[in-house]
Parts: sequence; C-alpha cells; structure tokens
Amino acid sequence: MLGLSLREVSAALKQGQVSPMELCQKCLSLIKETKFLNAYITVAEEKALKQAEESEKRYEKGQALGVLDGIPVAVKDNFSTAGIETTCASSMLKGYIPPYNATVVQKLLDQGAVLLGKTNLDEFAMGSGSTDGIFGPVRNPWSYSKQYREKRKQSHHRADEDSNWLITGGSSGGSAAAVSAFTCFAALGSDTGGSTRNPAALCGLVGLKPTYGLVSRYGLIPLVNSMDVPGILTRCVDDAAIVLGVLAGHDPKDSTTTQDPVGPFILPILRDVSKLCIGIPKEYNVPELSSEMQAFWSKAADLFASKGAKVVEVSLPHTSYSIVCYHVLCTAEVASNMARFDGLEYGHRCNVNVSTEAMYAATRREGFNDVVRGRILSGNFFLLRENYDDYFVKAQKVRRLIANDFVKVFNSGVDVLLTPTTLSDAVPYLEFIKEDNRTRSAQDDIFTQSVNMAGLPAVNVPMALSSQGLPVGLQLIGRAFSDQQLLTVAKWFEEQVQFPVIQLQELVDNCPTFSQHEKLGLVSLKRNLSKTKDWRYYGESKRKKLGPCRTNTFSQIKIKTNFTSHFGF
Amino acid sequence: MKRGISEVSHNLWPVASDAPSGAPGRAGPRRDGCGSGGAGSTSRELPFAGSDSEKASGPSPERIEHLERLALVDFRNREGVARLQAAIEFAGQLRAVDTDGVAPMASVLEDRCLYLRADDVVEGSCAEALLQNSQQTVEEYFVPPPGNITLPKQSEQGPVPKS
Repeated sequence: MLGLSLREVSAALKQGQVSPMELCQKCLSLIKETKFLNAYITVAEEKALKQAEESEKRYEKGQALGVLDGIPVAVKDNFSTAGIETTCASSMLKGYIPPYNATVVQKLLDQGAVLLGKTNLDEFAMGSGSTDGIFGPVRNPWSYSKQYREKRKQSHHRADEDSNWLITGGSSGGSAAAVSAFTCFAALGSDTGGSTRNPAALCGLVGLKPTYGLVSRYGLIPLVNSMDVPGILTRCVDDAAIVLGVLAGHDPKDSTTTQDPVGPFILPILRDVSKLCIGIPKEYNVPELSSEMQAFWSKAADLFASKGAKVVEVSLPHTSYSIVCYHVLCTAEVASNMARFDGLEYGHRCNVNVSTEAMYAATRREGFNDVVRGRILSGNFFLLRENYDDYFVKAQKVRRLIANDFVKVFNSGVDVLLTPTTLSDAVPYLEFIKEDNRTRSAQDDIFTQSVNMAGLPAVNVPMALSSQGLPVGLQLIGRAFSDQQLLTVAKWFEEQVQFPVIQLQELVDNCPTFSQHEKLGLVSLKRNLSKTKDWRYYGESKRKKLGPCRTNTFSQIKIKTNFTSHFGF
Repeated sequence: MKRGISEVSHNLWPVASDAPSGAPGRAGPRRDGCGSGGAGSTSRELPFAGSDSEKASGPSPERIEHLERLALVDFRNREGVARLQAAIEFAGQLRAVDTDGVAPMASVLEDRCLYLRADDVVEGSCAEALLQNSQQTVEEYFVPPPGNITLPKQSEQGPVPKS
C-alpha cells in the first residue's frame, strides 16, 4: 500500500479500499519503526490524524478535494508550518512555532494532504550530506536494503546497530529518507545548490527543482534569495508532476513568482523521441566523476540515441568557475539572510543583558553551528567595501556568463541537457565526515548548482543500481519555464530504465504483525487496481511490465513471515 | 574507498571534530595576490593582504575584529579563522575569469517586471501571535537590553588568535 504511486493510492481511497485514517496510521507507525533513520524532526501525529479524519469525511460524502486528498506528505523543516515547530535543524530556532503556513504548505493542505511532520536537514540547509543539523545526521534507507546488503554479504544485523550506514545526501536528506522508506508519498525539500536533487540521487528518488519563479518561496526560510526554490521529492515522475501542478503559480506574497499562467502539468506519454535533441555538456566530465557514473551517463546517452533522439555534445565553458561563483554569492546572501536571527522577536535568546549588541552576539554565537557562522563571516568579508567589486560584483558577472552559457546551448536547438547528478553513489557517513562541510559542498554540488544560478528547471531521475547495489541517478535540465516538457522527457526515461524498488523487508522483521485479513485485503487491492484505467500510466501496453513506482517484489513476498511488508505489499 | 566498520563507539552520532585547519580540500591553487586590492586595478592597500608574512598567517586581528563586529558572530577559534582563509583563497579563483563588459546579474528574472501588490491593507492585526514567539515582551513591545553600548573589544570577549 505504502509503495503505491499517488494516483494509485488516490484511486484506492476513492474506491474505499483503504481509508485516509488507515493510511495515516500506517505511515505514522512506520515512522516510529524507522526512527533510527532520523528522517523526521517533528512528527505532528495529532494534527495528521485530525486531517486524515476530515479527509475521510470528505471521501464519505464523495467530495474529495483532488488527487492529494488524504495523502500523507512530509515537509522539510525550513518551511514554516503554523502550529508545528520549525527549527531548520538549528539551535537558533529550536522551539520556534511559526504563526503562519508557507504558501506551498498551505497549498498542499488546501488540497487535503495530510502533513505527517517536518523532516531533518543540514542546519539552515547548508550542506550536502544532511549531517550537520543539531538533531543528528540522517541515514540512507538504502543502507538497510536487501540490494545493498547482499552486495556486501553482510550477516543479518538489527537495523540500528550497523554503524557503517550511508548518508542520504543533502540538504533535504530527511525528506528523501522519508519518501524512500515509504513513510510518505511525497515530500517537500528546498533546492539552492542541489539540495533536492542530491539526496534524490543517493536515495533513488525523483527530485524536481522547478524553474525559479514558478513556485512560491513565501514561508521558506531563505538561504539564498536569488537561487532558492522549493523542491519536490517523490518516487516517480508522474507524482512529481501532480505535486508541481498543485504548487506552481503566482503568489501575491512572493514577488519573485511569475505572473504568467502556468500548467496544467499533465504529462503526455512520449512515444517518439526522434524530434528531441539531448545535450551532453562536455565540461561535466570531470576527473572526480566515478567511472561507474560515467558509464551510466554514457549508457543513458546511448539509450536516447538508440531510440532516435539526437544526442549532441555541447559546451558550457564557464562550468569550472560555477562552484567558486556560487560560493561567493551564497555566502554573501547568507550573511544578509542570517542577520535576522538576533534573538529579539523569535528564536533562541541568550541570557546576556549587558547591551543589545552583546545580546545579539552571544545569541548568535550560541545559536549557529560552525558551518553557518563560517558562511556568515565569509559572506561579510566578500561584502566589505574594499572587496565588494572584486568578489561580489565579480561573482555576479560570472553568474551572468554561466546563465548565458545555458541560454546559448538551448538556443542552438538543444531541448534537454543530460548530466550526472552526483559524483558517485552514496558514501558511508564515517567516510563523508572526513572532510569539512565546505569542501564536501564544493565537491558534491558540482553538477547541480549552476542550474540554480541560471534558475532553470532540473530533475533527478533514478536510473539503476550501482555495483554496490545503491541508486544512481541522472539529471535532466530544461529551459526556463519548460518544466512540463522536462518532466515528459523524464517520464519517458524513467519508463525506459525501470529503476528497481528498494527492498526493505528485513528492516521490519520485528514489526507488529498484520492480520491475515489485511494481507488478503492488500492482495485483492492489487488485483482490483490492475483493472482500473490508472494502470495506463505504467508500461505502454503490457500489464506485466510494471511501472516504475511499482515493485516486482510483490511476487517475492514471503507470505510465511507474519508481517506483510509495507514495501512489498 | 575502504568501507570496513571502523572502531568507533556505537554512538548513533559520532561527533565530527572541527574541520582540519588549513587544507582547503579541492580548492584551487593558492594564488598570490589573492585578497590584494583589485589585482592591480587599484592600488589600495588592504590590511589583510599586506605583507607575505600576513598572507601566510591569515587575516589580521583588526580584520577579524571588524568582521566579528559586522557579522555579530565570532570566529571562536583558530579553525574558524583558517576556514575563512580557505574560503577567501577559494574565491580568489574568480580572478581568472574575464568579465570585461559583462553586467552583473542580480536575479534570473531581471527581464520581468517586479510584481507589486496594491497598497491596500488586507491582513494584519496579529500582534498577539507575533509577540508569542519572543522571549521578552512588555505589552506590545519587544524588550531588548539597553542599546548604544558598544560591544566590548575582542580581548575582553574570548580567545582569538593573535598574529
């Protein structure tokens, strides 16, 4: 049940096969069981159950609000949520309860989605591993997958005793872990330099970064105002399109949203790619890219070519400067955005009462971690009057050069760019922390952050499992405001590669048993769904070719275990 | 990459030590003249990029203090300063790019008109909700400690590296 796509579970809710309350409760209990993943900071159990109850009443009256009605979702903890603690994984905002909802959160709630809780992240979304928040690092569910463990020939451990677990990537790692472990159907992240696409790649999910200006940033605690975008994490492209359709559009409260009409984001099934031109940026073939990733990248390019698309090599000459440029612009904007945290109106406040400035300084010393303070200080350095032109304005000029590179490429007839998302598959936490945050960010953001600088839409599509049994994803980049076309191509690609579903049965061996009746109920649900027209979306014609969200493990369920795995139905 | 289970405590969250000082990882090559005013375009002297010995040892104490005053966060220790040094060197790579005749880009939506709402009051009267988040309030006021008292000098505040 929990592994179904949005459309499928919505159909199940409509048909009464499952109720919103049951769905919500299943998700909440799974969250408890996967607590060691540390994906959630706050679980809003009571609120979620109340929302589920209201959704149930709507379904009973036949007045469902839409596809998202009753669907459990999670939201990254840097989005403001009324009445639910919003911390940004920082001591500065610990205990802070916003009095309002971010626009994107409000839009989800208006469609009847059930907000399960707030997910973990790097402190203030600064980082590429989801390891630097005050609530601890997030663990990648794939560390516990059958696919990974078999490759490592590990003996059965209790899940939480394994100390060599893998990172999720960041900074929206909690959201990625939450979706990947089936605790929710979709999650919101934020993307400033790749913070949605990076964990999506490492956790085997679809991570969409919409065009800058398409989705409202009101209520998203800002990191870099000119690059931040709310990101969407789901298990398949179609789901991402559904969520985008709900979130996109002008918001009077965010003046950087486009006023042009947007959507609808219904994705046609692409059958013929011969008119498509795929660009492969040659500068992205960096020495640090693992040979395995390189092979997957080539394979994907060949796949497009073999199906008739035109695949060309393109050049983005200023790519090598993009990290540096991002570093300067990011720290400068961070220095400005973090200035609002002074302990006076909200958030942490220290006990120093000697003077206002002393209070501010002490509060900020206590509230921020090293990463944040480091960026603030660097940013202030670059913004000093004598450095302003040399660093900040220079970086802004380089930003234009980078954005122009993309414009030139798209004007030359390329529709979509195909690049890797990360340098390799997920690494163990102990390995990751050997380098500091800034170094890691500089390494890991290399493929993703120039997209933020140009404000373009990009999506990570999981492609295959690496030799270690871990997910590997590729990034597709589109023209500005061409999100629908981008997702259409992504959906085609997803259909072609048939990325396998994570097998987490071992994880929950100690879970409470499900009744035989429930198991049977789930089995018959599967059969019934196969008769509904929703299956059209998966596999062009052949029923046996299950769609990307679906699992082949259904046939692998060991019915003799008492527990019907949440993951294999 | 080696992936054996290393001998660490079974703490769920091994505490990462402070970043190694100095080594900037994948930062670009150290550039001479990094931080020096305008790479020749101006001849201003900056306290930071003064003598070679200062470049080697990092930002001057005056610079550190200035930044701490502006940012109202502290470097805390030697590693913090080293981190700044590394960040500055890293950013120095921008010099290599030729940006003659290129206008700075502040936003990707620069071609569009900024949206302005009509100047009508449509929401508000939420003083109570806003005051709730503050730790010290009196009636409808946020209460800070006394102002116009300058921050004490660094030497009085805490350990700061002196060159």
